[in-house]
Parts: sequence; C-alpha cells; structure tokens
Amino acid sequence: MSATGIGASVRRKEDFRFITGKGHYTDDINRPGQAYAYFVRSPHAHAKINRIDKAEAERAPGVVAIFTGEDIAADKIGGLICGWMIHSKDGSPMKAGPHPALAQGKVRYVGDHVAVVIAETYAQAREAGEQVNVDYDVLPAVVDTGSARSVGGEPVHEVAPDNTVFEWHLGNKPETEAAFARAAHVTKLDIVNNRLIPNAMEPRAAVGDYDDGADSFTLYTTSQNPHVARLVLSAFNGIAPENKLRVIAPDVGGGFGSKIFIYAEETVCVWAAKKVNRPVKWNSDRTEAFLSDAHGRDHVTHAELATDANGMMIGLRVHTTANLGAYLSTFSSSVPTYLYAPLLSGQYNIPAIYCEVDAVYTNTAPVDAYRGAGRPEATFVIERIVEVAARELGFDPAEFRRRNFVTSYPHQTPVIMCYDAGNYGASMDKALELIDYKGFPARKAEAQRRGRLRGIGFSAYIEACGIAPSAAVGSLGAGVGLWESAEVRVNPVGTVEVLTGSHSHGQGHETTFAQLVSERLGIPIDNVTIVHGDTDKVQMGMGTYGSRSGAVGMSAIVKALDKVEAKAKKVAGYVLEASPDDIEFKDGKFTVKGTDKEIDFASVALQAYVAHKFNGQDLEPGLKEGAFYDPTNFTFPAGVHICECEIDPDTGVTRIENWVAVDDFGIVINPMIVEGQVHGGIAQGVGQALLEGTVYNEDGQLLTASYMDYCMPRAYDFPSLKVETTETRCPSNPLGIKGCGEAGAIAAPPAVINAITDALGHENIAMPATPLKVWRAVQEVQPRMAAE
Amino acid sequence: MYAFTYQRPTSLDDAMAMLGDGDAKLLAGGHTLLPTMKQRLAAPSALIDLGALRDQLSGVTEEAGGVTIGAMTRHGEVAEDPIVKRVIPALAAMASVVGDPAVRSRGTMGGSVANNDPAADYPAACLALGATIRTTKRQIAAADYFTGLFETALEAGEIITAIHFPKPEKAGYEKFRNPASRYAMVGVFVAKTAEGVRVTVTGAGANGVFRAQDFEQALAANFSADAIKAVKMSPDGLNSDIHADAVYRAHLIGVMARRALDKANI
Ligand SMILES: Cc1cc2nc3c(=O)[nH]c(=O)nc-3n(C[C@H](O)[C@H](O)[C@H](O)COP(=O)(O)OP(=O)(O)OC[C@H]3O[C@@H](n4cnc5c(N)ncnc54)[C@H](O)[C@@H]3O)c2cc1C
Repeated sequence: MSATGIGASVRRKEDFRFITGKGHYTDDINRPGQAYAYFVRSPHAHAKINRIDKAEAERAPGVVAIFTGEDIAADKIGGLICGWMIHSKDGSPMKAGPHPALAQGKVRYVGDHVAVVIAETYAQAREAGEQVNVDYDVLPAVVDTGSARSVGGEPVHEVAPDNTVFEWHLGNKPETEAAFARAAHVTKLDIVNNRLIPNAMEPRAAVGDYDDGADSFTLYTTSQNPHVARLVLSAFNGIAPENKLRVIAPDVGGGFGSKIFIYAEETVCVWAAKKVNRPVKWNSDRTEAFLSDAHGRDHVTHAELATDANGMMIGLRVHTTANLGAYLSTFSSSVPTYLYAPLLSGQYNIPAIYCEVDAVYTNTAPVDAYRGAGRPEATFVIERIVEVAARELGFDPAEFRRRNFVTSYPHQTPVIMCYDAGNYGASMDKALELIDYKGFPARKAEAQRRGRLRGIGFSAYIEACGIAPSAAVGSLGAGVGLWESAEVRVNPVGTVEVLTGSHSHGQGHETTFAQLVSERLGIPIDNVTIVHGDTDKVQMGMGTYGSRSGAVGMSAIVKALDKVEAKAKKVAGYVLEASPDDIEFKDGKFTVKGTDKEIDFASVALQAYVAHKFNGQDLEPGLKEGAFYDPTNFTFPAGVHICECEIDPDTGVTRIENWVAVDDFGIVINPMIVEGQVHGGIAQGVGQALLEGTVYNEDGQLLTASYMDYCMPRAYDFPSLKVETTETRCPSNPLGIKGCGEAGAIAAPPAVINAITDALGHENIAMPATPLKVWRAVQEVQPRMAAE
Repeated sequence: MYAFTYQRPTSLDDAMAMLGDGDAKLLAGGHTLLPTMKQRLAAPSALIDLGALRDQLSGVTEEAGGVTIGAMTRHGEVAEDPIVKRVIPALAAMASVVGDPAVRSRGTMGGSVANNDPAADYPAACLALGATIRTTKRQIAAADYFTGLFETALEAGEIITAIHFPKPEKAGYEKFRNPASRYAMVGVFVAKTAEGVRVTVTGAGANGVFRAQDFEQALAANFSADAIKAVKMSPDGLNSDIHADAVYRAHLIGVMARRALDKANI
C-alpha cells in the first residue's frame, strides 16, 4: 500500500479550502445585475386560494416582478415530478396529484410556495412579500399519518379521495400466512418511525442566470445530482432544452438526501431569470429549510415475526403506513417501497416475508429520501422485533441473532435481494469482544448501586447500496438508470483530471477518487484533480446518494482507467519499439517485458499528445478515455452495532456510555474518511432515536421549526465511539467496495432503543426517546421492578 | 430583519438620550435581541450598541462581602471570574451552563436580566440571593424587579449598570436543560441567606421565575436534600409544552432542588 493509495488514511484534499473559508458555495456566487427572490409561503396547512392581490407589493421599493402560479401556468412550466412509478396491488398506478412550482388554486402545507417576489435586494423582496395579500379559505388539515386515510373531509389531492397514494405490497402472502399458521410463537410489535428534518449545514440556494444573446440558461444550485436536475428541468418542467441549460452544483455543504430532489425554488429562479432578464438569486433561511426541505421517515408500522419451536425465524409480516406529505417529491415513492421492504429480511434467513405499504398524503412538508432512505426504517422494524422476540423466547439477543444469521452466499431472500457476500458472525464476534459483553452484568450491577439503569442493545443491520442494475430498477418503476460515468483526461505533462458524475457534498471524493487514480497510474496524488458538479464539464451522471459513489462512481473510473492504460501501452509500444502486448505497466512505469527498456507515465502522456512516434492513422493522438459503469447487483454492507446506555430514573435522561460499531464495507479506500462517515451516521441515528422529533400540531403548524425546539445531536451526547471493520470483498464491482455513507444512520436507532428497553424492561418507547418519555416509562415499570 | 439605525454611544448619558428616540433598543450581547429581529418578531427603530461602554459596564468587584457584576459582563467571564468563584461559586457554576460556548462568550448578565426570559438562568439566582439591580436611575430589589414573562420593573430609558449579589451562607444551582435550546426546562437555585432560605425556580412557571415556598419552609430547619424528600410540588401553574408537561416539570423541580442542595452542602 502506498502512502496515498487505496487503504491509506490520506488527509482530505478539500478540507484546506473548507476550513479556511475558501469554499465556493452557491451563496458565494454573485452574477452581475443579480436580483433577489423571496418566496411568499402559505401560513396555512390546507386552504383554497381565492385571490392573490399583488398590486400593493408591486409598488413597494425595489420590486422587479412578482409571479404566481398563473404565470407559471401561462408559460406552460411543468409541475415538479416524482420519478419513480409505483403500482398498487390492484395494478393501478400511484395517484400523483399536481405539484406546480407555485401554487395554483390551493395550498397544501405550511411553507407551500404561493408567489415569488423579485427585487433589487433580498430585504426589499422580503418586505414586499409581506405586502402580497392572499385571500384564503382555510380547510381542515390532514396531519396524522395513521389516520390520514380515514379522517374524511376534503382530501389533500382530488386524485386521491381517501388520501391514499398507493397500496403496495411485496413478498409472498400465502407462504407467509402458512408460516404463521405453524409458528410456535408470534412476536408482535407496533412501531412509529419518527419524521426527521434533514438540516444540512448549508441551507438550499439557487442562482438562475439567463444569457439572452445565446438564449441559454445557467442554474447554480445546491444539488446532489446536477445532471438529473438538468434532465428534469428540461424534459419535464420545460425550462429549456438540455443543450441550452447548464446546471452547476458547486461546493455543497451537506445534503443527506435532501438535495437530491428538484425543488420549486430552483425551478422558479431559473425560469424567472429569463422573465426579468436578470440573474435571480435565492437563499433559504433556516426557518424555510425547516418548513420546506423534504423531510425523512414518518412510518407507522405493525410487524409480526413467527418463530418455530427451535427459535428459528420462519415468517415476517409487516404493514406500514408511510406519510409522503403534501406532494410527491422526486424519489418519494421509492423510499417506503423498493428501498424499504427488500431490506426486511435483515441479516436473517427468513423463508417467508410479506409486506404491505399504504402511502398517504397529508398537509405536511413532502417526505423523501433522508440518509439511509427506507433502509433505516426496515432495519428499525427487523432489529426491534428480533430483539423483542429474543426476550420473549428467553434467548440471549446476540445468540438469537446468530442462530438465524444467513451464513451461505449467494443468499436469495423472499423480498428481491440476493445477498452476494458477507460474514455476519465475524462482525458479531468482534463487536461482542470490543464491548466486553461478558463484563456487562457487572457493569449493570455497578450502575444499579449508583441508582442508574443500564441497558445494552444490538443492531445487526444490513443495507443495500449502489442501487442497480439500471435494467432492474427500470423494471421496478424508476424513471432513470442508475449507472455512473467517468472520464479520465491525462494532460500532456502527465497530470490528470477525472470527471465524474458523482457529486461530493461532504463525502471527500476529491481525496478518495484521487487515491484510486494515484495508485493505479503511479503518479503523485497532487497530480490528480477530481472534477464534478457541472453539466458543461461532465456530460452526464447520476449523482451521489444511497452510498453509490464508491461502488458505482469509482467503478466507472476504474473502467476508464483500464482504457487509459490500454491506450498508453500502445503509445509506449511505439516509443519503446515493442508490441503493446509486451508492455508491462507498474508503479507508473511502462517496461518492455524481460528488458530494462522503460518510460514513465508522464513521458507517455507527452508522447500521446506530440504524436511524433506513431502514425496518426494507426493510433489516435491524445490520452483521454470515458466509461459508463452499470453494476450487476446492489452491494450489501452489513455490520453489528452495540449501544450501552444508562438511564437516570429520577429525570428520565439517557446517556450513551459505550458504542461499538463493527462494519463490513468491503474494501476500504480511506479508513479515516470511512470512520468519519460512520461517526456522522451514528450521530444522525442517535439524533433520531433520542433527540429529533418533528411535531406538527393538529392544524398542520410545524411546532419544531427552529433549533430552539428541534434538537440536533451534539458532541456532548456521545461517548468516544469504537469503530472497527471486518472485510468481505464485494464480488460485484472491480474494487470490492460496498459503501459506508448511510450505515451509521441505519444501524443506530434500533441499537439505542433496544438498549433503553433493555434497561427499563419496557417495550414501548417511541422515538425520540426524550427524557419525558423515558421518565413516564420509568413510572410505569418502577412499581413492577420494585415488586420483583 | 427590518431596517433600523445603529448607534454606538461612548457615554451612558448619550446612551440614555438616544434611548429616548422612538422604538430604540439597547444592544448588549445580541444573543436574544438579534435572533428575534432576524425572525422579524422585534422591529426596533434603532439599536444602541453598548459595546463602547464595555470597559465602564463590565467586570466583577467584591463589595460588602458580596459581589457586584457589571451589566456588560459576559456569561463566560462570570463563569471564570476568580472573585465570583470564591465568594458565590454557585453563581459562577450557573454562568457556566448558560447556553453553549458561543452564547456564553457574547451574552451578558445585564441583557439576560433585562430580558427576563422565563427560561433564563440568572433570574433564579437574583431572586434567591436577594440581588439588587442597579440602573441609571435607581436600585431595584430582585423581589420587586421580575414582574412576569419578559416583564421587569425597568422603565423606558432605564439602563442596567450592574447587579449586586450579597454573599449567601450556602448556595447551589441545578438545571435541567431543554435538550434543544439549552435554556432551563427546570432550573432550581437554593440559598441559605441572611434573609432565610430561598428556593427559586426558573423555566417551569407559567409566569416566569418564582419562589417554591413549600420547599423553603421545609428547609428552614434542615437545609438538606432529605428535608424536602416528602414535599411534593404541585403542577398547577407550571408550563406544558412539547418537551415537558406540567407533571414532569413539577417532578423535576423536586429532583433539581435536591441536587442543588447536595451541591450547596458540599
Ligand atoms: C442558543 C441560545 C441559548 C441560550 N441559552 C440560554 C440559557 O441556557 N440560559 C440563559 O439564561 N440564557 C440563554 N440564552 C440567552 C443568552 O444568555 C442571552 O445572551 C441573554 O439572555 C441576553 O443577553 P444579551 O447580552 O445577549 O442581550 P441582548 O440580546 O443584546 O439584549 C436583550 C434585551 O435586553 C436589553 N438590554 C441589554 N442590555 C441592557 C442593559 N444593560 N440595560 C437594560 N436593557 C438591556 C436589550 O435592549 C434587549 O431588549 C441563550 C441564547 C441563545 C441564542
């Protein structure tokens, strides 16, 4: 392993500019003549718009223009789309209500976009925005996930009279029923997966720019996938043909899924830039982010696990109601379906699984993918019910898991997935050792002497990353393919630019991708630059989410590097006067097999461009190759996390005392970056489990719309995390990578809740397990514990 | 934020004169005022920044056995001050758990006491220790000063210059933080003073800081956690919100009071 190659903890190349404040985020971009947009948002969760009176606002100082849904309609700008078609059990397509970029006739959640005010300054736009008078007829709001289908009253969308988007299912119902019929024991559990608000550090922003000379547009936006944004803005919203629309996602300060989607604000900014023939800039404030960034999770689930007399799992049935909010966001429909139910088998050999998912509309912010997207929800279901089953059956929770682990590969689950490689027992062994499981009873007794309740909780999660192949996802309803592109441009002096369709918004691609190239070409890492996030530079790409950039994005780079190497060998052959078949490439040098004739990579690059040593008809000059990579399967990272916590029964405060994570991510490119990803993921997962609760009141007002009430995790909430890995190579991609971006967020919530319920001997703790909820549970169990 | 004018007086007299104008407001650490302005919940016509008066209005002096703390003294400075730590360690400890480091390095005692947020910490200390609020016009006893939610006895144009705290025989503070904001969800200050035992509660009362007189009576003879074990706090008149209902708050007041007493008795 070289100091900067695969497996080395190379310091992040991008951090110098971020840490010194030299990053270039969308809000840092200012175009000459720029005007500012302010969005007038609905204060009501559900209302008819009778009239919008903008006359007074139009006279306010600095106002350039005010647009409403009527203007959007007049210009035939298409509504925002949902790119994944889900069909209900009965074969009917999902009921997608209209989603105009500016409301037309009705508003459906607090924060919905009613009008845009464009003015000389942001302050003027906002000032004028407050003078736009909207006459509403307020309607009762549909808020609660569980009762959305039965509340009656005016539905959120006409197309869905009972607020049901689809009734979908997966698995084998008769086999599952049969398994339950012969079960020795059935464990039942009701679960709520709480709604989360993403809170990337950088709020969303957009600058729309129009060049009337060339009749072309540029959109700078906070996106995780600028190419998909361009595709949708062109093909569906009708902003401009793709060759007339450039989308740039510069430095982006975190996304966690929330910046995958194509939002109303960026659509309006780029459209309005032509209307006012000036660049139009919008920057979300934190309140707008709380109200209008797509939220995550929000499931209500009933699950049942059937076991036989030997404690083997024989069947799982799950019913979930998933709240998709007021509109179908870009990938919303895929999250509680194909990103959820196929993961319900967990790490276990469960021969029969059947899952039903009813998706509902409510008058709340749209819900879409958020770190883990469907997989945390699935893991929470399986890892909670497995824990409860172990307790009911009197098994040690580690032992119960182990006896049901999948141990041979490939393993076909009853819910689509075919696990290709893994060693779940190895992760479990290592995790038990690291947490000193044998010493737990002594630690618990010692805690009891201090008046504290100590508990231990497991989470043996599996996830599916790099969702693919394109043909398969297409058959499941995806509107796009899920491959990735790469282009390796070798400059005449031997430095390299790698253009990738992946997008880095915190992941460290500029480092990890460069490590791959540096090792492969034997050139210094500083000679490699990673280019991403600009549709004029990178032709096409699918962006970054679902931990796909390593497994899919880097694999595309490998393919392009293969081609570069093959071509370079030909060049070297001409220079060294040998057959390309006799040329070997190692450590940055081309040698003629069995001789001491050699030439280094930079010289070959120069020779490729001067083209003096070969006939341009026999070999094209230049050294630049591109590739598209479409995987053959998902990848399946898996691992075991163990959480040990202590509860103060007097206050209900839970402190995490120990955390062990043992993950199998396949081959690791940069252990330091991977550890950082795991830390961040665990922090978000613990946030969900203990701290982050989104609360709408019955009128659909968001009560947790600021950090005064929405609690984000802080360093203070964590002990030092023990993060280790085991390794089984991923067989489906050339590097053997599985992906690590979401693992922590997937693994953590059940580990925490299992630990708390273990400490309390109480199964009903809803997330977030705030001190209030834990204290109430203590009140219930304490008399019982005292009696025991 | 709405538009406003900005002024930075170099004397208290100038500051008072400027305060006479329309809806002018003093700016101290800005950690309450600026966020409220950003959310457009406050729209002062002018901000009168006391920053240039920091030398004059901040610092700690030992006075009559107690401590006097300038209005512009920051929470972080109170927490670290050797005089406060020696004379009234409970007050320094309280300052050290206000908000987070950013808040403590900007927010001031004068700003906090002027604002009288029902979840702020200092009001509990002022009331329990029998502090005196010194202003450009007069001296106000804490008992007469905190008049309700965000309400004080301050009159228009009056500027807090310092707060004097007599030294208690014993004192302790324990706070249950709101996990999100880190303000007090329940904060209890206990003090054994020349005036008697004081137990004050912040963060919980529907009307702001208050004295828990049942606790005070129980502690008069025996200033220890044991003495209040059996005393139950009533949830009547306590706040309920998404973080804590009144019953839980009532319970926490007892727990925090006992822990504060343990600290005071170390
Ligand atoms: C995230 C966060 C967490 C916080 N957590 C806590 C907490 O845990 N506990 C807590 O107690 N507080 C907390 N605070 C509030 C913080 O302590 C504030 O700094 C304090 O309440 C106000 O002080 P300031 O100096 O910032 O005043 P400013 O915001 O500048 O002013 C507040 C008000 O007081 C007036 N004022 C200021 N100085 C004077 C003066 N000398 N005379 C008369 N009027 C004056 C101003 O005109 C204004 O109306 C928190 C704040 C934030 C932002």
